[in-house]
Amino acid sequence: MSSAGISFFDLLIAGVGGQGTILASDIIGKAAVKEGLPVMAAETHGMAQRGGSVVNHLRIGCEFGSLIPLKSADALLALEPSEALRYIEYLSDDGIVIVNTEPVLPVTVTSGVSSYPDIGEMIDYLEQKFTVKAFNAVQLAKAAGHVQSMNTVMIGAVSKYLPLSKDVLIECVRGSVPKKTVDINIKAFELGLLQA
Amino acid sequence: MSTREFMLGNVAIARGIIEGGGQVIAGYPGTPSSEIIDTLASMEKRDFYVEWSVNEKVAFEVAAGAAIAGVRSVVTMKHVGLNVASDPLMTLSYMGVKGAMIIISADDPSCHSSQNEQDTRKYAQFALMPCFDPSTPQEAKDMIPDAFRLSNKFQTAAIFRPTTRISHGKSDVELGVIAEDRLQVKFEKIPERWIMMPKNARPRHPYVLQVYEDIRKEVEDSPWNQLELRTGSKIGIVASGIASVYAREAMKRMGLDSSFLKICAYPAPEGKITGMLQNADTVLVIEELEPVLEDEVRIMAQKHGIGTKVLGKSEGLVPRHGELNVDICMEAISKAFGLDAVPPAIPKVDLELPSRPPVLCPGCSHRAAFYVMKKVFGKDGIYPSDIGCYTLGVQSGAVDTTLCMGASITVSSGIYHAGEKHPICCSIGDSTFFHTGMNGLLNAVYNKADITVTIMDNRITAMTGHQPNPGMGRTAVGESTVAVSISDICRALGAEFVEEANPYDLASTEDVFRRARDHKGTSVVITRQPCVIDLRRSGVRKPAFSVDQEKCTGCKACVRFGCPATEFDNELKRARINNMCTGCGVCAQICKFEAIVEVKR
Repeated sequence: MSSAGISFFDLLIAGVGGQGTILASDIIGKAAVKEGLPVMAAETHGMAQRGGSVVNHLRIGCEFGSLIPLKSADALLALEPSEALRYIEYLSDDGIVIVNTEPVLPVTVTSGVSSYPDIGEMIDYLEQKFTVKAFNAVQLAKAAGHVQSMNTVMIGAVSKYLPLSKDVLIECVRGSVPKKTVDINIKAFELGLLQA
Repeated sequence: MSTREFMLGNVAIARGIIEGGGQVIAGYPGTPSSEIIDTLASMEKRDFYVEWSVNEKVAFEVAAGAAIAGVRSVVTMKHVGLNVASDPLMTLSYMGVKGAMIIISADDPSCHSSQNEQDTRKYAQFALMPCFDPSTPQEAKDMIPDAFRLSNKFQTAAIFRPTTRISHGKSDVELGVIAEDRLQVKFEKIPERWIMMPKNARPRHPYVLQVYEDIRKEVEDSPWNQLELRTGSKIGIVASGIASVYAREAMKRMGLDSSFLKICAYPAPEGKITGMLQNADTVLVIEELEPVLEDEVRIMAQKHGIGTKVLGKSEGLVPRHGELNVDICMEAISKAFGLDAVPPAIPKVDLELPSRPPVLCPGCSHRAAFYVMKKVFGKDGIYPSDIGCYTLGVQSGAVDTTLCMGASITVSSGIYHAGEKHPICCSIGDSTFFHTGMNGLLNAVYNKADITVTIMDNRITAMTGHQPNPGMGRTAVGESTVAVSISDICRALGAEFVEEANPYDLASTEDVFRRARDHKGTSVVITRQPCVIDLRRSGVRKPAFSVDQEKCTGCKACVRFGCPATEFDNELKRARINNMCTGCGVCAQICKFEAIVEVKR
């Protein structure tokens, strides 16, 4: 079931606390409001921000609640590959997954308690069911000038599918990142968009 | 010029306080409530007073004092904070206020960042106060001026209960007009109002019971309570707060056009509820956590002799725990009314995903303090802890209990007096110590508890988003003030062993812990290092460390320390340090082979 008649575009942003998921949803949300669309969003704050699994819901053109129902998201933007799988139940059957392939190993893995799934297997799994755009956003962020612009690379990649104009999104990137990193982030956005 | 802004719910609530002409705002940080005061305190121009208080009871009483003196006040806290403030709450109920007062208590259904889930609406019933339960960030903002108005009109405090999805939701919010008027401060000596001795308290109880019913009539026409009757439908849905938007979306998805009653202002309006009951054969009540509204609906059905079937939590249709969502509402509606709604088939991921719990940050000094504590007190040591980042010390095996704010020291005392023979070493943060830890330490010293109290002083209230506290020498708005010394407080409370340690220096910290353990009586160790997040934000950078692959033996001692910056390369069988390293140097001290060295700049 999609969110037709309820929301124009339901986007789920998954990642790890500290990767910049909140800034990513903030930039997209601001752009939607600039375009005159109602937006409902839900963010993860608090304890999980300390390196835990985090998920933000962003509903563009929606006046109901902020939580996307199961199998209703139009797109899943995953800043970390295993987090894409953790929240895959929210994606609609015809949804798209945009995933950064660079893993962040949880302490359960670095301390040897659990093992981290093979990245190729994870992407294969996603590709069997959904349209997938998988690429290493950390390398692109480094190419743009700073590893911390990874979230902007991902915004650039998802921008192709959002009901929002590229110019307005870039304007919101410009207004939301530290002044001295504006050029890096705009480059990051463009590099991400090329992957979409 | 559009006046719509994309706002965090708590920022919208802060805006509501400004639009409503709030004059004194106090609070104690707690997720999901903290950004309300963060927003107000960081404004460049302010015509109101705002403070971070030392705990919720204190904050509540500051706000109560201001409202008694005639102005509009607000107190903010998370739901469990209201437990701390419940003493003044229950008697302020009788006293009432002269100006206006809003008690913001943010609930956290599903325990996203809390030790329990409790429903503040229950407190509102208990304290006979009106309660606002917003369904969107917009409504949350718009309700605040109305809550001030209602509080002033009925001379009682009003409770405002956002949930996590309101406080940490974001939405486009239409800004309103900022009230220009300010209530005049003038403390009037009215003994029968402000002195709650038995003679004065007794007549106030029947009085506030009457006022509560008057407020029920007032909110009958409140814009926050809306009844939409469908004459063709014999079924009705009643929903409260954020559950009302989930219920509406569920109805739309199911193509259900039934009568709908949204209640976001309490006490629940009798006219609207009986109106719904008279027009439907079956009514389903949907609300998060406690069956507050459901009970009211059942009571009103019985009181008015209406035979309408009322369904909800009693029938197990709507869960009494956890937050709700559209899927849960769809299932409840379809079961309640015998409708077909096929739940979506969820593909099962056959790859096993590693769990990703939150952890102490790379370089966090708490981890080092726990490491030494564990070494000195051993695996049989007992480690009560408290509420804060250091609760994450559970991964270091040095957190055995977490009850509530300040309970580390008191629980330790109880374990000791029960006769437990193993050594007891508890941990509590700087802000939590100021909050309610001080009373516990005084009690431990006074009653001769032979325990070690570790105060993990990271110079900030970190977990809730880096708010200042009395140890830091600055107020909520950044003004400098006295920096209260934790060690002086501990000595004043009677502790004879009080020593400070730098947890990044493992050997000297171990020496302090050993002497504290051997001290007969209550000993206090203050481990002091600034929070690494706060330090990075202030521009401090230390050289990182790396592993000398020649010297590393692959023993994993550094990896077991659990810092996210330390990894183990399974192919090379060697440890390595990733780019998250903050340069604390603790792993270099743990390594017996001198394989971890500072990277030369």
